[in-house]
Amino acid sequence: MASITPIDTPPASPAPPKPAKSTGRAGDKIFLGLSQGSGILLLLLMASIAVFLSYRAALAVSKDEGNFFTTFDWNPAGDPPVFGIAVLLFGTVVSSIIAMVIAVPIAVGIALFISHYAPRRLAAPLAYVVDLLAAVPSIIYGIWGALFLVPYLEGLNLWLDQFLGWTYIFEKTEVGVARSLFTVGILLAIMILPIVTSVSREVFLQVPKMNEEAALALGATRWEVIRLSVLPFGRSGVISASMLGLGRALGETMAVATVLSPSFLISMHVLNPGGGTFAQNIAAKFDEANQLGRDALIASGLVLFVLTLLVNGAARLIIARRKEYSGANA
Amino acid sequence: MAKRIDIGGLTAFYGSHKAIEDISMTVEPRSVTAFIGPSGCGKSTFLRTLNRMHEVTPGGRVEGKVLLDDEDLYGPGVDPVTVRRTIGMVFQRPNPFPTMSIYDNVAAGLRLNGSYKKNQLADVVEKSLRGANLWNEVKDRLNKPGSGLSGGQQQRLCIARAIAVEPQVLLMDEPCSALDPISTLAIEDLIGELKERFTIVIVTHNMQQAARVSDRTAFFNLSAVGKPGRLIEIDETERIFSNPSVQATEDYISGRFG
Repeated sequence: MASITPIDTPPASPAPPKPAKSTGRAGDKIFLGLSQGSGILLLLLMASIAVFLSYRAALAVSKDEGNFFTTFDWNPAGDPPVFGIAVLLFGTVVSSIIAMVIAVPIAVGIALFISHYAPRRLAAPLAYVVDLLAAVPSIIYGIWGALFLVPYLEGLNLWLDQFLGWTYIFEKTEVGVARSLFTVGILLAIMILPIVTSVSREVFLQVPKMNEEAALALGATRWEVIRLSVLPFGRSGVISASMLGLGRALGETMAVATVLSPSFLISMHVLNPGGGTFAQNIAAKFDEANQLGRDALIASGLVLFVLTLLVNGAARLIIARRKEYSGANA
Repeated sequence: MAKRIDIGGLTAFYGSHKAIEDISMTVEPRSVTAFIGPSGCGKSTFLRTLNRMHEVTPGGRVEGKVLLDDEDLYGPGVDPVTVRRTIGMVFQRPNPFPTMSIYDNVAAGLRLNGSYKKNQLADVVEKSLRGANLWNEVKDRLNKPGSGLSGGQQQRLCIARAIAVEPQVLLMDEPCSALDPISTLAIEDLIGELKERFTIVIVTHNMQQAARVSDRTAFFNLSAVGKPGRLIEIDETERIFSNPSVQATEDYISGRFG
């Protein structure tokens, strides 16, 4: 017979249990220090940017004689100084919405083509070309937009005005070249296409094979496989990709500044020349602004910062809401 | 509902690699045929040629004939999509559509076919879930995602999804290998019931399972690694497990290799 095993008996002297100590290997410590340091540095950077922006913005807004949010004017050098972001907010949001509406469906289409339709020999070069679009500097897009897109969009604008003018949005009430929010939107769409495409493509390639086979075995056609397996799995990835693109569209500066002919008007007629965006306005006015003018521009930058934050938060909410249904736990 | 499958001289490739060679056999309707054999002998590949899933794999290619009641599945002008609607498949790992509810999972195949009426759909879903012995467990949460079920329940959900479209044949590729013993038993009982209505082909690594559930058993083997798999023999399950006619079968069954 076995003797009584001492496993369950408590030790005679109730010594306090030793806390699990790290073995203290140097590599671990250095890595911990590095990663913690980077994390803290990032938070400090964010905090200092936020403090700087808020402080300068507060200075400016306190001297604003108009309403900072509703004024249709930007004249911080005037007497009294009057400026407001209404037009900038409107122009930024509208041009970005146009860009998203155009770019996201096309990007998803290209991503699906590369990941699921194109023969392999074609898929790799195609993916490369799309990524190459992202390497073009934005000023080049701006010049191309101003010299090529603006004159050649004349015809499209007339066509839209003629056939979709009844929607009000596409009614062109002012004559003038197409230096409009609509043109900016198209240009931004081209600029955000690569990032949305490549992130979507990566997500579509990660769809588990067994999910696709589930649809195939039921007798699904290629499109039905995409609809049943690929798109639901890639949904949150496409949303993230779109938000990355939206972030770029909201903050794009040079291309917009080159194409748009700025004006301080809000018009839902997106084909009319004029309008403005936050980044474009800052780029155009910063050099010649006085102290108050610069603070005012910084205040508008702060609003853009908050806007981007809100957009990202909304995207996270959309993704989290469907977590139960996501493919992650399959 | 159930049809006979006649396979003649079937050879399947992955690119230039020959995975299985010259397989001929008959699968009887309303019965369970089990495929056994060592890993890599091509039994899963062979199963996937029966509903034209093999050619989905890049480089996958098939020669030979698969006759479903005299209709060649590899004949000219035969659409693989149509073939897969007639021959259902259940996979090794349960793969319900993760974004869909239990109800939508079962209804997915019918919605693809497009030939249903709305009130019919609910009936078919209930009938299929009952057929898969899952109805009582999920009837109160049909709108919850299928990925929230246990592994065994998910596999029965996949069976319900497959039988909802009333296929002629049901192919099962090691359907219990990812499941615990109790869930395995539930699936085996279910296979016993389903063979009243469908022709069932099941690939299994578990010889006891083949002995328990199948009417006929086919033994596959390969002469060496890298060589194509071949059908060694097919016979009544009882005979295969008591008195096989080929020595290699007896060696495999008695555990001398594999």
